[in-house]
Amino acid sequence: MADEILELNEGTEQLLLVGIQRRGVQIADRIADVIKEREGVEIPRGALDITLYRDDLQSVGPRPVVGKTHLPVALEGKVVVIVDDVLFTGRTIRAALDELADFGRPARIQLAVLIDRGGRELPIHADVIGKTLDVGAGGRVDVFVPALDGRDEVVLIEGKRGGSA
Amino acid sequence: MTTLGKDLLGLRGLSREQITTILDVAEPLKEISERTIKKVPTLRGMTVVNLFFEPSTRTRISFEFAEKRMSADTVNVAAAASSISKGETLVDTARNLEAMRIDMVVVRHPGSGAARFLAERIESNVINAGDGTHEHPTQGLLDLLTLRDRFGTLDGKRVCIVGDVLHSRVARSNIWGLKALGAEVAVCGPRSLLPGAIHEFGVEVFDRVEQAIEWADALNVLRLQLERMELGYIPSLREYNRVFGVTRARLDKAPRDLIILHPGPMNRGVEIDSDVADGPHSVILQQVTNGVAVRMAVLYLLAGQKASLADAAKGGAA
Amino acid sequence: MTAPLLLTGGRLVDPSQGLDAVGDLLLVDGKVQSVGGRITGPDGATRIDCTGLVVAPGMIDVHVHLREPGREDVETVATGAHAAVAGGFTGVCAMPNTKPVTDNQATVGFVKRQGEAAGFARVYPYGAISLGQQGETLAEFGEMVAAGAVAVSDDGKPVENSHLMRTALEYAQTFGIPVVEHCEVMALAHGGSMHEGSISARLGLKGIPGEAEEIDVIRCILLAKLTGGHIHLCHLSTKGSVDLVRWGKDQGVRVTAEVCSHHISLTHEAVEGYNTNAKMNPPLRTMRDVEALQQGLKDGTIDLLVTDHAPHHYDEKEREFADAPNGIVGLETALGVNVTWLLEPGILTLNDLVNRMACLPAKVFGLPGGTLAKGSIADVSVFDPTREWTVDPSRFKSKGRNTPYGGRTLRGRAIRTIVGGRVVYELGA
Repeated sequence: MADEILELNEGTEQLLLVGIQRRGVQIADRIADVIKEREGVEIPRGALDITLYRDDLQSVGPRPVVGKTHLPVALEGKVVVIVDDVLFTGRTIRAALDELADFGRPARIQLAVLIDRGGRELPIHADVIGKTLDVGAGGRVDVFVPALDGRDEVVLIEGKRGGSA
Repeated sequence: MTTLGKDLLGLRGLSREQITTILDVAEPLKEISERTIKKVPTLRGMTVVNLFFEPSTRTRISFEFAEKRMSADTVNVAAAASSISKGETLVDTARNLEAMRIDMVVVRHPGSGAARFLAERIESNVINAGDGTHEHPTQGLLDLLTLRDRFGTLDGKRVCIVGDVLHSRVARSNIWGLKALGAEVAVCGPRSLLPGAIHEFGVEVFDRVEQAIEWADALNVLRLQLERMELGYIPSLREYNRVFGVTRARLDKAPRDLIILHPGPMNRGVEIDSDVADGPHSVILQQVTNGVAVRMAVLYLLAGQKASLADAAKGGAA
Repeated sequence: MTAPLLLTGGRLVDPSQGLDAVGDLLLVDGKVQSVGGRITGPDGATRIDCTGLVVAPGMIDVHVHLREPGREDVETVATGAHAAVAGGFTGVCAMPNTKPVTDNQATVGFVKRQGEAAGFARVYPYGAISLGQQGETLAEFGEMVAAGAVAVSDDGKPVENSHLMRTALEYAQTFGIPVVEHCEVMALAHGGSMHEGSISARLGLKGIPGEAEEIDVIRCILLAKLTGGHIHLCHLSTKGSVDLVRWGKDQGVRVTAEVCSHHISLTHEAVEGYNTNAKMNPPLRTMRDVEALQQGLKDGTIDLLVTDHAPHHYDEKEREFADAPNGIVGLETALGVNVTWLLEPGILTLNDLVNRMACLPAKVFGLPGGTLAKGSIADVSVFDPTREWTVDPSRFKSKGRNTPYGGRTLRGRAIRTIVGGRVVYELGA
């Protein structure tokens, strides 16, 4: 994924990786680590919590936890790469785009996801995809990262069948 | 995540978990006020009425900022206290507002219990912005957040509330909130301004402010309402400052670095001296900043919650 | 003339003549004709089977607020007197804090006539101690007594001026009436809306310390001692007051005292949640006070049980606690509350209860009735001390609905109330 991001942008100039809380942040960190290894360049990284931009907050029930939003630099002129673990309905990305717009006007916004599981409800696509999985509507994709979960794997739960990808 | 129920009426009866939830939500919300565009769309389309039966610039503005930064539509209603005037009663006012389809009411009222009274009679979420001498929960929460920012945890920390505890809703909310988070709490003030039953609150009592300073990690200095002197609770403001004033000279003798909170507005030279209020011990402006974040958190957590959910805030025997 | 009335098979309880036995009672021409044993009534007598019920002298509540003249929207003499008979009372003494104040013979006469016209319980008016209850000038006791006043009081507030109180206690002796004091030191109670204690501190409500009552209690006892007058102390609420009255009686002072049903049954905990139906003056106190008041009734320190029946319009109570008015209705719940909290736990015997609700009120205030002795007025309370019922304020005869007992199940209920030989109330009729 790091390679693809570099290829897409012809280098690291003006690049800003923004992970979506919580696992997108971890994946962005790992992409940045790889880029540093390859290019010797430290890419600025931010974190975005989209909870306050969700479109389902009117429903009754316990409110979701709000995470930290942190953007280290102004967005003007930047190429922002939104990083998330799983791309599904596209609603999270819609919220992230809205939130980024409140911070400024980047030159470009791209999307990099570890897993694209299909099932889009909005016209959104990823520019960089780690792996595409065809998961039915009833299925679930769980991404585990070492910093949060103590293990490093993706679990696909599809209906009653399960398996590791 | 734990819920608060429909209303926020007081900190008494809230669990440690519930209070922690509010503070944990408030923490990331601080960042919104640092943005160029200080606004998130969370409460878009919701109508919040700030119903103030008592003049209050500070609290009302803080709530209004919080509401606007969450994109709620806000209406300020400054009503004369219904108590003696022949105008509408509190319940009439509220029912009329609700007939205009509002979602939340932030209420400030001179009568203890007024917020609860309202909450029991309307469907909208009710946030108590100060009811008489009962509670002022969002002030208590912003004090807790400010202390937590400084200390990391409140467990075992010693906080002394100095001043007119008898008439202070801020003191009551602080006492319940601090105790829920594991702090040790004391009060200090003239006995004529402490409730007779203060020992039943589970707090230490200091007669002299010097003792409080020696004991505490933080002092929360209450505003002395100037009319207390006229009503004969204390002989003079001058003497109050002499005996109970938090002064630089007294703080210099403190065995550890104290932090000083004050809910504002301050009477400089009465309960607190200017060189303390503006000095290195003071976290008074952080309190004001935190006030907006805490109120955003409460708005976020309560918006749309219905009475049918277990309402611990109300069930806590007031 | 109504037909003679023969009550058969009831338990006749009349401490005034040491009577407690199953038997019959014959009422003729508004008087007790014959009491006890098996009575064969005259021809045409109406027979009422009272088997399993208590037949007692008509109960009298010497402390009610009927609001007329002035607040007829809240209660009238007629609705209040109707509520009284529904609660088993055949007589009530109406406090003079009306609008205008009942401080003259014309108003006293008006209240009395309204009571007679209503035809329920007998209504005995109070006259005010001071003109307009302003605490400055004595009202005309003589004229008011001539018009029907049975006692004087500034109830609702105290007579703060000790000289005026002294004069009232002296002057009242001419007419043989008690001076009745609402015991409160206003400067100490000012702004308070409940008992001063842990709950008031927590709720942020200004409290009224017990001492606000007790200081006035001892002042009145000492002034009665000084003057030889008869002081009757209203609605005592604290242990301290009971102790002081006990001391006064030991000293031979002419002091009598009353306690309200709510003060022997509820504590300040009833205020939790800012319940305005638990707001009254004097306020509900602590369990320690409740127990002392119960004990005072048992040992005779406290003479009478009363209600301090104080109706309010429902929306007057529908507001923030500190701004809500004081007082609750009590006429229709008093018997049940007293049975449930005093008789059932064995604090009072049935004879004690009848004594403190029927016999002693008549004796202390010099009223007719309070006895079933032959030749006395035919005022009778027939009640069932075991009847369970649930308080439903919407069924009250009183216009007032403000009660802390709504929804509670009580034991003890009036079944029939007879005034002047005429059945004026029948449960379920």
